[in-house]
Amino acid sequence: MSQPRERVNIARSTQAVFDPYKARRDFPILDQEVNGKPLIYLDNAATSQKPKTVIDAINHYYTHDNSNVHRGLHTLSERATRDYEGARDTARDFINARDRRETIFVRGTTEAINLVAQSYARPRLEPDDELIISHMEHHSNIVPWQLVCEQTGAKLRVVPINDDAELMLERYLELLGPRTRFVSVVYQSNSLGTINPVREMITAAHERGIPVLLDGAQAAQHMRVDVQELDCDFFAFSGHKVYGPTGIGILYGKEQHLTEMTPYQGGGDMIKSVSFEETLYNDLPYKFEAGTPNIAGAIGLGAAMNYVSGHGLEAIEQHEKSLLAQASDAVAAIPGVRLIGTARVKAAVVGFVMEGIHAHDVGTILDAEGVAIRAGHHCTMPVMKRFGVPATARASFGLYNTKEDIDALVAGLHKARELFDR
Amino acid sequence: MMDLRNLYEEVILDHNRNPRNYPKRPASTNRSAHGFNPLCGDDFHLHLQVKDGIIEDVGFEGAGCAISTASASLMTEAIKGKDEAHAKQLFEQVHHLLTQSPETATPGSGLGKLSVLGGVIDYPMRVKCASLAWHTLQAALEQLDTPVSTE
Repeated sequence: MSQPRERVNIARSTQAVFDPYKARRDFPILDQEVNGKPLIYLDNAATSQKPKTVIDAINHYYTHDNSNVHRGLHTLSERATRDYEGARDTARDFINARDRRETIFVRGTTEAINLVAQSYARPRLEPDDELIISHMEHHSNIVPWQLVCEQTGAKLRVVPINDDAELMLERYLELLGPRTRFVSVVYQSNSLGTINPVREMITAAHERGIPVLLDGAQAAQHMRVDVQELDCDFFAFSGHKVYGPTGIGILYGKEQHLTEMTPYQGGGDMIKSVSFEETLYNDLPYKFEAGTPNIAGAIGLGAAMNYVSGHGLEAIEQHEKSLLAQASDAVAAIPGVRLIGTARVKAAVVGFVMEGIHAHDVGTILDAEGVAIRAGHHCTMPVMKRFGVPATARASFGLYNTKEDIDALVAGLHKARELFDR
Repeated sequence: MMDLRNLYEEVILDHNRNPRNYPKRPASTNRSAHGFNPLCGDDFHLHLQVKDGIIEDVGFEGAGCAISTASASLMTEAIKGKDEAHAKQLFEQVHHLLTQSPETATPGSGLGKLSVLGGVIDYPMRVKCASLAWHTLQAALEQLDTPVSTE
């Protein structure tokens, strides 16, 4: 039985000033040219690049330790199990979960939300019960709830957003009603950058006994997350956005919820005993980890979380805030640019449209300059509709981005203007 | 080095800025189709007025990038007044232009203005943009009910 532990973060107390120029040398992929220009990677909200320490951890695992976990009696299996479970401890520390059994390895945020929708919400929902999400959700925090509504007859309620892309808190409080059974909301919007007032939202929901899931896919790499302090019931994030590999992520859930939930998938590792008459499920967290897991992914994610913690999330957040201020001003100053997502509290995501130039054309022109951004609806089609645009261009920043990257972005946007105005 | 001017030819920019037969739905429309690329969001409805095998009038509605918009606009100009067989032949020629290397493309194939779409071949990610309107045309002529996509 593991005991609640005090949060330990050795990196924070001794943190020197964060140096993005030094940090970017940790990322081998950034040292290349694209279309004859140095690569400027500004698509971090889609996925982040991986530091050498993550690549090495995965390489080391497959070179030396590859084996199945929780099964073998041999040395390699023991090593694989130790490192896989070590990554779980790192995840526990990273989000300050009370107990390591509350951190479940999943494929990513999408699977985490589907798991909660099916294993927590579905058995508890009755026709005309209500679920609350916001207008700025990623499709992965909309569709799993629509599925569960179809299955149960429950209804989806959507908190609107204002013209600055801020969640309308007073409307949320009105929506919380006697039939509300669950709230699932994004911590930080991927297409708008908005950081939502999740503490107030959780407190208000809990006053009515309603559990809350936070979609942390865009949050965990940009700000320190403490699930006990937030008091959220579930928290989901993806490894690949935290400078770790794809195909791995974490679902945090309060132990009481996870214990009461039925398994999401059946298979090996999630059982204690199986007969054709009866199967006894395994304890947490294994009850939710059916089948051979993504062992290398978990180990890589552990290395990524250690890397991020080594810099300190406060230092990263501060650096990115400075980038956001510079980038927002510089991009907004370009003729014909309209920023989409101007919340007072937001992260380093700059979404915009350019008059007369579709976002895809902006993306192609910037790519020719070596600048990688995302153009499209960013899996947030309701957000695009809300702002009356078919698509936006989005520059999203990470810890290795610098002022020079913003300069390259702005120069590329001026080129786009010239090309289309000729 | 890529020269973006080969992609964003002046004719393309002109048709993007001022799309022809847009937004328009001919009053006697009898063939329509929906072209939609869900990942990128390009979304057009094409309307044809066909009588005795002749495309008497044509128009389109919707929104997309410069490449997809210009391609749709140029297409409507090219097929207006032509018979269905001619429109299908143009589809084949444009398809060839967008997907085959210039060496194998038929020179002087009578594509006229449509040949500006040839610059797209150096940008594989954008071929789907240029071809969306044309696949929508094919769907309209074949009277398919389901939306078409080139992704």
